[in-house]
Amino acid sequence: MYVAVKGGERAIANSHLLVSEARRGDPAIPELTLAQIEKQLRLAVDRVMTEGSVYDRELAALAIKQAAGDAVEAIFLLRAYRATLPRFGYTEPVDTLSMQLRRRISATFKDLPGGQVLGPTYDYTQRLLDFSLAADGAAVAKPEINTAMAENESSSVMALLGHEELIEPQPISAGDPEPNDITRTPLTFPTSRAERLQNLARGDEGYLLAMAYSTQRGYANNHPFAGEIRFGTVEVEMIPEELGFPIVVGELELTECQMVNQFTGSKTKPPQFTRGYGVAFGHSERKAMAMSLVDRALRAEELGEAVVAPAQMQEFVLSHADNLEASGFVQHLKLPHYVDFQSELELVRKMRQVQADQVGAAS
Amino acid sequence: MSAVTTLDPAINLDTGYNFAYLDERTKRMIRRAILKAVAIPGYQVPFGSREMPLPYGWGTGGIQVTASIIGRHDVLKVIDQGADDTVNAVNIRRFFQRTTGVVTTERTVEATLIQTRHRIPETPLQENQIIVYQVPIPEPLAKLEPREAETKKMHGLSEYGLMHVKLYEDIAKFGYIATTYDYPVMVDDRYLMAPSPIPKFDNPKMNMNPALQLFGAGREKRIYAIPPYTKVESLAFDDHPFEVQRWQQHCALCGAKESFLDEVITDDQGGRMFLCSDTDFCQERRGEVASTAALVERPLSGSV
Repeated sequence: MYVAVKGGERAIANSHLLVSEARRGDPAIPELTLAQIEKQLRLAVDRVMTEGSVYDRELAALAIKQAAGDAVEAIFLLRAYRATLPRFGYTEPVDTLSMQLRRRISATFKDLPGGQVLGPTYDYTQRLLDFSLAADGAAVAKPEINTAMAENESSSVMALLGHEELIEPQPISAGDPEPNDITRTPLTFPTSRAERLQNLARGDEGYLLAMAYSTQRGYANNHPFAGEIRFGTVEVEMIPEELGFPIVVGELELTECQMVNQFTGSKTKPPQFTRGYGVAFGHSERKAMAMSLVDRALRAEELGEAVVAPAQMQEFVLSHADNLEASGFVQHLKLPHYVDFQSELELVRKMRQVQADQVGAAS
Repeated sequence: MSAVTTLDPAINLDTGYNFAYLDERTKRMIRRAILKAVAIPGYQVPFGSREMPLPYGWGTGGIQVTASIIGRHDVLKVIDQGADDTVNAVNIRRFFQRTTGVVTTERTVEATLIQTRHRIPETPLQENQIIVYQVPIPEPLAKLEPREAETKKMHGLSEYGLMHVKLYEDIAKFGYIATTYDYPVMVDDRYLMAPSPIPKFDNPKMNMNPALQLFGAGREKRIYAIPPYTKVESLAFDDHPFEVQRWQQHCALCGAKESFLDEVITDDQGGRMFLCSDTDFCQERRGEVASTAALVERPLSGSV
């Protein structure tokens, strides 16, 4: 006999208890502290902050703990929290040229003012499982050089290329207009580059990586060179109305990627390198590099290139970059669809009946 | 107010958030979008959709619309698939109980505000009611033309040939229009509109409805509306008029013949039964609900 699906309220409450229990795991094992997550899972924290669009290491650590390490779920928690925050105003643009560098590399010049600084990177580790980490408490040897490359006048590769006009200039638009905030006014197509960069900055890392990868495999090749990748700390300044001059309100860790791309010129423009730009909170090189490739691919229309590949299509790339939108809509298929399914059942039966009648009539 | 059937009396008001969760500036922004939507029936108004604490695709658009217009004196009903007790409906109702403390009901006649997914109640709506639809894909042309830059032009020019060709191709192939839900409608003879994935069975209820009908698409960041007593026409051809689903069966519980029926599998031998998808309608017919409507105060919806 049919039993109605009652008691949803109790089932939901109980599933909350179950998920909390599953998150905590074996109570005999000490509970993770936020400080441990923040300090020892720093790259997970960085990704959650970047795609969650909130720079707060402690809240990101909390989100990761609550989400049992699921990055997208943690990003969701942070975004929902962000939606309730009032906004006081805009900071001044951060000056990445005066970044306190911890890492800075260029793939376009062997050496350059400020030098190549490898910094903390997994790039040249050999990916062998380090079984010594399986044991607790081993002290980590002190690195040779101070991690911060303080006060080092490192001019950017972009500026060096700019002297000869080999790369397109990137002047601030006249009047430095306030960019449209895509979290307040939805994207409408075609988009401005400022809107695209906002969308990509909070876009899913895996998705951008795949999109960027596709441009390297012949779907909109841009002949990219990693002009410069920087990771370090920048100061954030704001001009309070009552003061009228900028004051430092905090510091951010950022990763920035300036991609240099070939451009053969058009009727109106001489041959010149063009730019793709990527930036992310914390140390997120994969994200920043992927973003810069996709940014460049999305400039196809602006540069008079034929739009032929998915990575060049604004509506395709930007409408599907947000992992909360994607995850929510894919997983909403879990919700009941009895009514629509019933309608389709009826239709399929009708179609089968018509076909059966036709076969019957023919024989 | 105690006479109203409250489903979950144990849920306490969460005072850590603003009334109905959203801050007042956000509500004002959404109300402005709603006003514009009401002024241009069927037109999709872009709005600054917020990240809600429920996932995209699970009703965030409807929730934001409801949160922007709900007042302390509203009586809220939330349904999913026509039922008040499906987990998603329970969850959304719980969200509003926690953040507004308003009275909730299962009874269509008692509600001033109804949030729905995939159904319109069988009981006819009244002038003092607002129904809020959760919308996954607001663009009726999206399956035919995914580029918004193109569909915007089509709406601007009222150029809907693409949809007519699609329906015609159905007829050429099957002999009838093979769309069973989210069946496109023309609103006020001007805008083609997605009615949200309600079965086409419900489409005629939209036409000249006395209630205000609001549609929220959170992920796609669009709001649209059908003002009360507006003409809503399901697309069709003169020689292929619009038809709704009919069942040979009756509801196994209340015997209804004219309501939308869900098919329920009862065993693995092909046994099945048919039940009203609208649980309130079914219960009313079975006389299981004491009539309390007369005792319910009916304030204007939205008054705080």
